[in-house]
Amino acid sequence: MTTAPSLHTHDAAAPLTGARRVRPNGRGQRWNPSPRRMPYSFIAPAVVLFVVVFLVPLGYTVYLSTQKTQVEGLGLGANARKQVAAGFSNYTYVFHDGEFWQSVLRAVVYGCILIPIMLGLATAFALILDAQHVRFQRLGRLAIFLPYAVPTLIGSIIWGMMYLPAFSPINSVLHAVFGIQGINFFGSHIVYLSVANIGVWGGTGFNMMVLYTSLRSLPQETYEAARLDGANERQISLRIKLPMIRPAMIMTGIFSTIATLQVFNEPYAIHEISNGGVSTTWTPLMTIYKDTYTANNVYLGAAESIVIALLMFVLSIVVLRATNRQIFGGEAR
Amino acid sequence: MKFPRPALAAACALAATALVAGCSSSGSPAATASSNQKVTLTFWSWVPNMQKIVDVWNASHPDIQIKFTEAAGGDAELAKLLTAGKAKDMPDLAQIEYQSLPTMVSNNYLADISSYDASLKSDYPAGIWDQVTLGTSALYGVPQDAAPLALFYRKDLFKKYNLAVPTTWAQYATEAAQLHKDDPSIYMGDTATTDAGLFAGLTQQAGAQWWSASGQSWSVGIDSAAAQKVASYWGGLVESHAVDSQTAWTASWDKSFSSGEYASWISAVWAPGDLVSQAANTSGDWAMAELPQWSAGQDVSGAWGGSATSVTSDSAHPQQAAQFIAWLNQSTQGTSLLVSDGSVYPASLTAESSSSLPAQTFMDQSDFYTLAKQYSASTAAATWGPDVDVAYSDFSDDFTSTVTTQAGYLSALSKLQAAVVADMKSTGFTVSGS
Repeated sequence: MTTAPSLHTHDAAAPLTGARRVRPNGRGQRWNPSPRRMPYSFIAPAVVLFVVVFLVPLGYTVYLSTQKTQVEGLGLGANARKQVAAGFSNYTYVFHDGEFWQSVLRAVVYGCILIPIMLGLATAFALILDAQHVRFQRLGRLAIFLPYAVPTLIGSIIWGMMYLPAFSPINSVLHAVFGIQGINFFGSHIVYLSVANIGVWGGTGFNMMVLYTSLRSLPQETYEAARLDGANERQISLRIKLPMIRPAMIMTGIFSTIATLQVFNEPYAIHEISNGGVSTTWTPLMTIYKDTYTANNVYLGAAESIVIALLMFVLSIVVLRATNRQIFGGEAR
Repeated sequence: MKFPRPALAAACALAATALVAGCSSSGSPAATASSNQKVTLTFWSWVPNMQKIVDVWNASHPDIQIKFTEAAGGDAELAKLLTAGKAKDMPDLAQIEYQSLPTMVSNNYLADISSYDASLKSDYPAGIWDQVTLGTSALYGVPQDAAPLALFYRKDLFKKYNLAVPTTWAQYATEAAQLHKDDPSIYMGDTATTDAGLFAGLTQQAGAQWWSASGQSWSVGIDSAAAQKVASYWGGLVESHAVDSQTAWTASWDKSFSSGEYASWISAVWAPGDLVSQAANTSGDWAMAELPQWSAGQDVSGAWGGSATSVTSDSAHPQQAAQFIAWLNQSTQGTSLLVSDGSVYPASLTAESSSSLPAQTFMDQSDFYTLAKQYSASTAAATWGPDVDVAYSDFSDDFTSTVTTQAGYLSALSKLQAAVVADMKSTGFTVSGS
């Protein structure tokens, strides 16, 4: 440890402090970089990447969203289709498009079902696995995590098969055990549960892992102190562990909220087989997909993407604000 | 983590070159090469075993090599083509369904190959040739297969339940109701309203023109009287539970065929190729008959699918590409390979009457090709519009499982018409009469 400071001064801090340094090149010239430029060259890679993979595509999307197609006549000649400036007309269309906002609403309903169940299960599993004297811990952890390793599209197709009427093992079990017959998993209300179920199945493991990791990093002394004070495992879980992993819970909450508005794979896979139970515009991203690729209107799709991105940005801030206040409020008490 | 400097520099240089190359290739296509220079053409299609057929061509044409990529199917390939077209990155050749040709043409994504392949016209029925010219003097592809509709039925089940092969829709409805009443575990078939292509073909038989062009404006006839007749017919059958209403093309639907739950299937002449995989155990039980008619004595069919092979506007070698298409879709060698390896029912008249057509082994129908040729010749003409994909996609949102009444089917149809007209207007098309 004692050599560290000297190394530091010698190497990295030298150009910053302007100390002269002879560059060991052939001609023995003095290398005197401008001290002010050096930090910029350090952050340059990050800035370049940020610009190239984030700002440029974003800018292009914004540009596309202000364009539209203009067709001449029947639209069949060689130059019958032109790209023209559209101003804000795509945005006006999005704001007045009832179906688009319906799809946002559906995603919100989906989220209201998915998030509490998924995070509730994830928390419960994490606490159980973290408790003392639990058997089959490794196996349990793996079993709960495994669905997350299955690509969502594959998982959705498999679940979709199990939902098919006349084909569903769920229906045959319900029929054999309870005598309930022919549940239509794509019915107008139950379809939310059917799709959310796939999300819960695939997402619980990941969130459990995040919470479990956070539980494992808590100081063991607290538990010992609690035990000395006579707390049982349940009390330790609810009164000590849960409050201490609140930051991790907030993080999983925000991630889940964002993922909810972006849900695509599950409903898209179900759409193919649900005979309209999940429409082509069921979620915002499906609407964007349909307008961009099926209707071949990339300009409208771009405008919708920008609107969804802004919505998500606002939503994340609201969630962050709300949960932050809760944390600080809790600490002040 | 350290990378050796030269390696890193090389990697960067490579990446940069790739970027530059990627950009430059999206520029204007190179000048057309002379015909005796060796070219490699890329080709997308979803015909089964197409690679085998392409291999035969490649072996005998060292100067025009085809690089084949298998596509998922009509809708998926169209979406990919439309995206690739924006990036000027389409393959040289692509299989395109007839109803999608206007969409491709209106985006200016197809090359006019009339200067190379126009002479093939005499070998195709006029109705099918119109599909690839869109009624203009240009030529946007060469027809590959014809897909006239027919009634496929289980001979054994028809005998068991004492059913006559229905020749009119009225007879079909009566027998469907009777059959399900006699044995509630069996249906005449499923409703024809879960696949837009099938429904469109049936309305075509009834005389509907979903799109038609006159002068500089389009008119949309999705909600026309003829289509309403078809919608209310199927709506009535669904409402009275005379036919099954599950979604086509699912595993559970396949099972209905293999388990003998369906006594018939309204499909196109490519049906045997599908039945082989969805109901292999019923081999030898199926026969084919003319599509039921709206009035006795008529002989009209519709079409469900069918496709052409086209040259895209990104191809630098349209002449060589057109040469391959003519071989594939019209020559004796090409069409007989398409029939034997690709299970394609050829559109070419010569191929249709060829004695080399392989025997139809799955079905108990020795005159399969003679009948298919008749149905193909009696297919009603169709004009497709520039946004068929929107119509087909919206169709699945309008004709859903929650719509179970005749009135519901009619309102779904008018909803579809409104959505298609709105989409066309928003793109700037002139739509008349609405």
